[in-house]
Amino acid sequence: MIKYFDNAATTALDKDILDKMMEYFTDRYFNPSSIYTPSISVHKDVEESRKRVADAINAKAEEIYFTSGGSESDNLAIKGFAYANRKKGKHIITSCIEHPAIINSCKSLEKEGFEVTYLSVDENGFIKLDELENSIREDTILISVMTANNEIGTIEPIKEIGRIAHEHGIKFHTDAVQAIGSVKIDVEDMNIDMLSMSGHKFYGPKGVGVLYIKKGTNVTRMNDGGHQERDKRSGTENVPGIIGIGYAIEKAYKDFDKNVKRITELRDYYISEIEKRIPDIILNGDRTKRLPGNANFSFKYIEGESIMLLLDQKGICVSTGSACSSKTLEPSYVLLSIGLPHEIAHGSIRVSIGKHNTKEEVDYLIDSVVEVVEKLRAMSPLYEEEK
Amino acid sequence: MYSDKVMDHFEHPRNVGVIEDADGVGTVGNPVCGDVMKMYLKIDDNEVITDVKFKTFGCASAIATSSMATEMIKGKTVDEALELTNKAVAEALDGLPPVKMHCSVLAEEAVKAAIEDYRDKKLKEN
Repeated sequence: MIKYFDNAATTALDKDILDKMMEYFTDRYFNPSSIYTPSISVHKDVEESRKRVADAINAKAEEIYFTSGGSESDNLAIKGFAYANRKKGKHIITSCIEHPAIINSCKSLEKEGFEVTYLSVDENGFIKLDELENSIREDTILISVMTANNEIGTIEPIKEIGRIAHEHGIKFHTDAVQAIGSVKIDVEDMNIDMLSMSGHKFYGPKGVGVLYIKKGTNVTRMNDGGHQERDKRSGTENVPGIIGIGYAIEKAYKDFDKNVKRITELRDYYISEIEKRIPDIILNGDRTKRLPGNANFSFKYIEGESIMLLLDQKGICVSTGSACSSKTLEPSYVLLSIGLPHEIAHGSIRVSIGKHNTKEEVDYLIDSVVEVVEKLRAMSPLYEEEK
Repeated sequence: MYSDKVMDHFEHPRNVGVIEDADGVGTVGNPVCGDVMKMYLKIDDNEVITDVKFKTFGCASAIATSSMATEMIKGKTVDEALELTNKAVAEALDGLPPVKMHCSVLAEEAVKAAIEDYRDKKLKEN
């Protein structure tokens, strides 16, 4: 039996969500843009799904745009907004720990003459609001800071960031891909103008995401074609995916209190047991303002890919910030950004607990991590030197 | 991603440990880069490597190449061991992913560093 502790990478699609999607693959395959009766009925269901998404984040249905996922939503938000507003200014502010979909969208814009400030973060992964204020220029058009970080789980002060943005007449985007279902979102209260999400992070389907664009926020579409999604995103709608993400987000917030409480307890149990049983470790991220399922530890003197693969041999799925699991041979930029030295960043393991994990599985995980860390440390010349 | 042989040597590394009265010890790599290998050799009067142990900080391929290199030089003469190439280590493991070839280079260098240490010690004795 696989013990899956990588729910930040993806989650299992809920069976009841899949059941609701199925008819749109087969019996009701109709293109929602057509105007005969069966299509009109599918179109209506797409719009109901839009409403479900909107209700979950206190938006209006006409502010919800379906995309292919988090990366597309981020690209559309950053580039689409920059292109539509280039006459107003060429400066964008983001953070150095954003998802690559944001960072690389910004890098692309820099090549085209836009200027980007990448805010630093403190040792727990929080951006500094004074640095944000000091970075704002006359020509700043957009601030984009993630709601919660995918690697270390830190939850950023989104509402404050949005407030600062609006005080300066700047629009605010947040990548909430990791946060949906784990953090309550109210786009009005939190001063959010654009928000990205991805269905498969909250037990919905892969291949579908959402960009929320507040009314009055100008965004240029990134792919040309037909007039779907009110001209913001051409291409025939992924109807089964759209139906799935609507039900998934509704369910995520209906079960929010129950799930978050249980997952947080399991995570805190994992953290406290690991800290009790393994010396020379660092908990990355903030102790309280972190995603409920996230626990990211650096284990000194050993390397993350080795830990991950030995856990894999025990049927456990986790992820690592080690260089050796990347193609660049550089450890995670997020871990380096919070000030970890390279040799400690190499030894990091992220566990992300989900709603299907049980106490028994977490016990097995804890015992396995203890065993694997001991085995690798016994093999490590760095550990030997230190002791 | 890894061959069965790499996984076998990673999960069950051969010759892990320390030789307290080693005749040659070599350490290569850098913790900043994520790999450090330390190799210990016991060498007899005929310059035959009678025992070899290693300790490695690093990823699966770093551990597997260390393990394989120790197996390949055990029982060999010092001169024969010096001919060990990183390519031979990688081939003995049924290949490594391209980004991991540097691990096999480290294994070759660890063997050479340990032998160099042995020869330095001999020079000083004489």
